[in-house]
Amino acid sequence: MGLKTPLYASHVDQGAKIVDFGGWDMPLHYGSQIDEHHAVRREAGMFDVSHMAVVDLTGGRSREYLRLLLANDVARLNEPGKALYTCMLNPDGGVIDDLIVYFVSDTWFRLVVNAGTRDKDLAWIRTHAAPFDVDVLERTDLCVIAVQGPEARVKAAGLLAPTQQPAALEIKPFHAAPFGSWFVARTGYTGEDGFEMMIPACDAVDAWHRLDESGVKPAGLGARDTLRLEAGMNLYGNDMDERHHPLESGLAWTVALEPSDRDFIGRDALLAARRDGCDRLVGLLLEERGVLRSHQRVVSPGNADGMVTSGTFSPTLNRSIGLARVPQATGASVQVEIRGKLHAARVVKTPFVRHGKAMIEI
Amino acid sequence: MSNIPTDLHYTKSHEWVRHIEAGGVEIGITDHAQQALGDLVFVEVPSQGRALKAGEACAVVESVKAASDVYSPLAGTVSAGNPLLTDKPELLNEDPYGEGWLFRLETSADTAALMNAAAYESFLAEAK
Repeated sequence: MGLKTPLYASHVDQGAKIVDFGGWDMPLHYGSQIDEHHAVRREAGMFDVSHMAVVDLTGGRSREYLRLLLANDVARLNEPGKALYTCMLNPDGGVIDDLIVYFVSDTWFRLVVNAGTRDKDLAWIRTHAAPFDVDVLERTDLCVIAVQGPEARVKAAGLLAPTQQPAALEIKPFHAAPFGSWFVARTGYTGEDGFEMMIPACDAVDAWHRLDESGVKPAGLGARDTLRLEAGMNLYGNDMDERHHPLESGLAWTVALEPSDRDFIGRDALLAARRDGCDRLVGLLLEERGVLRSHQRVVSPGNADGMVTSGTFSPTLNRSIGLARVPQATGASVQVEIRGKLHAARVVKTPFVRHGKAMIEI
Repeated sequence: MSNIPTDLHYTKSHEWVRHIEAGGVEIGITDHAQQALGDLVFVEVPSQGRALKAGEACAVVESVKAASDVYSPLAGTVSAGNPLLTDKPELLNEDPYGEGWLFRLETSADTAALMNAAAYESFLAEAK
């Protein structure tokens, strides 16, 4: 018996197969995760991601504090509503968690962090917040529903009052806006357009059912994983963790080393890693039949072995895809050991799929 | 609820066995197994002529989430693997006792040691 979100009974009513995820009882799928995957790529699907932790930081020195805490630079958040994807690092450069930070106002930033890391994240955030006099409030009163897919925004906007809908539809990618007690963000974890809506728990069941009635298909963690992997997005615990820094996790783009006088936690370790060189995270397309899975060995002539960090079957490409951590000099052709046999795989640039379309040649 | 045809025999690892001719059986995975695995995307069946021991891992079924071994319920020699599954692994989900069969075995072993439908149903109920 794990923790349950306010939508748990709705999931069970909709026929969900429930699994444990980071201590939460969450839907894996509602019958067919491949159908759910296609629904998100082609129309619209919805995910209950209320297990993720919404954390509000308030206080006049919030921005200054976040410039110390996060590897990306919140100075880039120059207009209210803008969001930033970033890692939170330990002093060795290891990734404590990846998160999205939303700039609500000069005295209010909102973080959304992973469920499996919530306790250590909150402890870390609170420890470092103290000298800045920043208040840290976990918003356990909110549910998060992600509505994703080409039709997602129009359908999700239908939950708002008619007078609010035009403004919701004008939210730019990677931005958010408040609507009363609702907070609507044009972000996601699928490679499709859509909203992540943070709403009071008391509104969640009604919102979920209204979305269901408007034809948005409930989708579980299974589809969430195949969608994010097709989109080339990392999963915490698989593709990044405290033993690896962002530069060897495909996340160099989320690290702001400039301006050089910003002294964020982990900075010195990243500068050393950049100087000394490190492994890299790449996309893999399996050229043969079979399925890539995490922990499989990646073999490349003349190089040390690499390792698959995430692997699955891609319902959009009808092939197996994955992410792997390999030596920097690894070439375009590698082999992956699957059940004792070596299979050919190709190193490809991610994303594999974006906005419903294949981004790589099969 | 999973479907458990009464004319088949079953194993604790969720394979089924059907007599198709004298000395010949057909083997697959049960409806319960396909439901637990979820959408199947890759199937590897044993090649013709391979000699199998009872309980030997001889086929692999992979769903989106994980790979699982299939064990031969009986000793024998593989007479055929299901050729349709290469391109249509979803047959295992859609028709686990029919078009989704995995392989056929020539065998002199008898099925008495396996469970009948009622015993398999009780086994599933206890496992819950």
